[in-house]
Formats: sequence, C-alpha cells, structure tokens
Amino acid sequence: MNDKKGIIIAGGAVGIIAVLLVYFGNPANMGFCIACFIRDIAGGIGMHRAEVVQYIRPEVIGLVLGAFLLSLKNKEFQTKGGSSPFTRFVLGIVVMIGALIFLGCPLRMVLRIAGGDLNALVGLAGFVAGIYVGVIFLNKGFNLKRSYNITKIEGYIFPVVNVGALVLLLLAPAFIFFSEKGPGSMHAPLWMSLAAGLIVGALAQKTRMCTVGGTRDMILFKDMYLLSGFIAIIVFSFIGNLAFGYFKLGFADQPIAHTDGLWNFLGMAIVGWGSVLLGGCPLRQLILSGEGNTDSVITVMGLLVGAAIAHNFGLASSAAGVTANGKVAALICFVFLGLISYLNSEDLVKKGSQSLSKVNVE
Amino acid sequence: MMKKIDTSGMSCPQPVLMTKKSLEENPEGLDIIVDNNTARGNVERFLKNAGYRVAISEQGDTFLIEARK
Repeated sequence: MNDKKGIIIAGGAVGIIAVLLVYFGNPANMGFCIACFIRDIAGGIGMHRAEVVQYIRPEVIGLVLGAFLLSLKNKEFQTKGGSSPFTRFVLGIVVMIGALIFLGCPLRMVLRIAGGDLNALVGLAGFVAGIYVGVIFLNKGFNLKRSYNITKIEGYIFPVVNVGALVLLLLAPAFIFFSEKGPGSMHAPLWMSLAAGLIVGALAQKTRMCTVGGTRDMILFKDMYLLSGFIAIIVFSFIGNLAFGYFKLGFADQPIAHTDGLWNFLGMAIVGWGSVLLGGCPLRQLILSGEGNTDSVITVMGLLVGAAIAHNFGLASSAAGVTANGKVAALICFVFLGLISYLNSEDLVKKGSQSLSKVNVE
Repeated sequence: MMKKIDTSGMSCPQPVLMTKKSLEENPEGLDIIVDNNTARGNVERFLKNAGYRVAISEQGDTFLIEARK
C-alpha cells in the first residue's frame, strides 16, 4: 500500500484539478482530455478548419513543460530516439482517430465515467478489450526495438516548441484560430490552465502515471501500481463532480458525447490496443516527450496530424453521432493495428536468431 | 555465472517482460541492465513481488539489478 501512496495522491490531485478546470471554464467532463486538447491545438494552428474546436490549450504546454522541468531537476531527462519512429507516428494517428470516434482520450473517458456518462463505461469495456488484444501480442514477443541515446539538443527542441506555442497563445497573431463558439471557446483562464498542466505534468512525471499501463500491468504482471492511480482519478473526480453538482447519470444528453455503443466500444478499443503497442497512453506520451524521449515526440506529432486528418476527412464523431467516414477509418485502423502487431511479434514472425528477448550480453 | 540481460532502450513494459521471460528459464536468479529510473523501479517492483532479493548498483549511465532467490 505504501508504495502506491504517491500515485494515489497524484491520481486524486488530477481528478480534483480536472473538476476545477471545468468549474473555471473548460467544457464539461473535459478538465483534461489529451486527444481533445491536441485536436484543439491542431485547429488553433490551422491544420484543420473545424471552427468549434480551435484553441492552443495551455494544459498541454504545461504538461510537457512540467515533466521537462521536473525531469531536469531529478536528473531523469534523457534524450533517446530511434525505436521504430514512423511506426509510432502512424500509431499516433490511429490512436487519435479512435479517440475522436469515441470523443475523448482514456483520461477523458475516466472523467466522463466520474461525471455519470454511461457511454464512457461502454468505452471502458472497449478500452480494456483493446488492451487485452495488445497484451496478447506483447506475450508473443511484440516490441518496437530499442531506442538509443542521442544528442541532448534533440530532446530540448520539443519543450522549446511548447514555449513557442505559449508565445503564440499570448500574442494571438492573426494566423492563429480561436473558436468563438463550441468546446474550443470554452476554457479556464490561461494561467490557471497552464498551472494545472504544470502541476499534473510534474505529478505524472514523478509517478509514471499511465491510463493504459494500469490495465496492461494488471493483466501482464498482476501489478496494481498504475491501476491505483487510474482508480484514484475516477474516485476523486467523482467526489468533485458530486460536490459541484456536475454528476448526471445516464446515456442520453451527456456533454460532448454520443450514444452509439458499438462505436464507443470500437473507438476506445483502437485507443487501448494502439497505446499498448506504443508503451503508454496519450498522457504518458506527452510526459515522456518532455523527458527527452523523441520517439514520444514523434508519437505526439502523429496525434496532432491524426487530429487534422480526423476533422479534414470527416472521421471525428460529434454529439450527433458517428460518421460513415469514421466507421470506414476505424476498420482501416484495426487492419493496421493487426498488421503492425503481427509483423513486430518475434514469436510469430521468426527472424533468424536475432530475437531481442533472447539476446544475452555475456 | 548468472545469466545477464540488457534492457537498455526498450520501452515499457519490455524491461519487465524480458525479466519475466528470462526468470522462467533461470528461476534461481538473473542480472538485469536497465538504463532509466522508470524501468529500474518497474523491474525492482516485479522482482520483489515475485519473491526475489534485489541489489541495485549504478554503472555509469545504467543500473545493474541483481536478483537472487
């Protein structure tokens, strides 16, 4: 229990901060949503023109910089890269498409559950199913090969880019888009969002919080550590939602959600499966990208491009429901995940004696 | 001579998975090289839960984890 205290406190803090962000202006059940926020940033910098979801979300900047600063202080900043970067980029696109079919990343799924949105429970079932499929391939030797130490400069670029994004947000030049209505127009004050991101970024860096890792480690190793954080987020944001009167139980009329169960399930299954292959959920990818992991930076770029694709090609769902294009895209995502999983599983595709898991040093 | 595996550069949860697989073949013990604190913590937690004694030493940029029954 004692070793889990840190992550339970961190999860509790995330849950409460998320509810406070809604109180101060963020969309309902969206104190944090890594997928939605990266999607808003894609809109803010003009990568898509969905007018209701355009804003440079300071939470994302804060998450990256919070993780960056704490990892520097703890001497955990390590610049690494080279572990199947383009596979990770495309997996980032796939995870984003799945998340925007469901309407939220795993973190928002948790916050939706805590707000009483039962559609998110269907999403959770899909999420767990997706993780389970990913774990089957992990047990068959799936991996994306090693990363390597690379020059420190490479690792500093992404935090600097985030400072640049903050400058754009503050100066608001004419080429940046800000929604005038819809979810993109709803946000807590800039400095509050930034502070929330910094705090949660540092907490997540410190505790290695990961929404996918919780279920994955439970299935693989019967290890409750990460899952305790996941549960703490649900419990504390549930309490917060009750306290503020935000809790509303049901399927219908939930904020920024649709009631198509099959596609809620399948959307989150894509997110769960894809995130297991990536080694972490979208939140964890942001944190790692602040710690100098350039493979995660590439993944975040995939999420960003995936968001642009999802809106430009009409794949993203809305309160009105799932789109026909979104359904086709989901099926393509599953085929891609299946191929990537199979082709990178060493026990399924024998490549001579080069199996990584069997390499001895001496 | 204990069997030694190198998990450097492997992303989550590979270091723990590699440790688990190698222990199935060498249940008496194992030396594991990890190159970051996250993997160090994860592998250490896994080994302790599995009932191993664990000694960790820093070796430049990496850690050597010695697990013994």
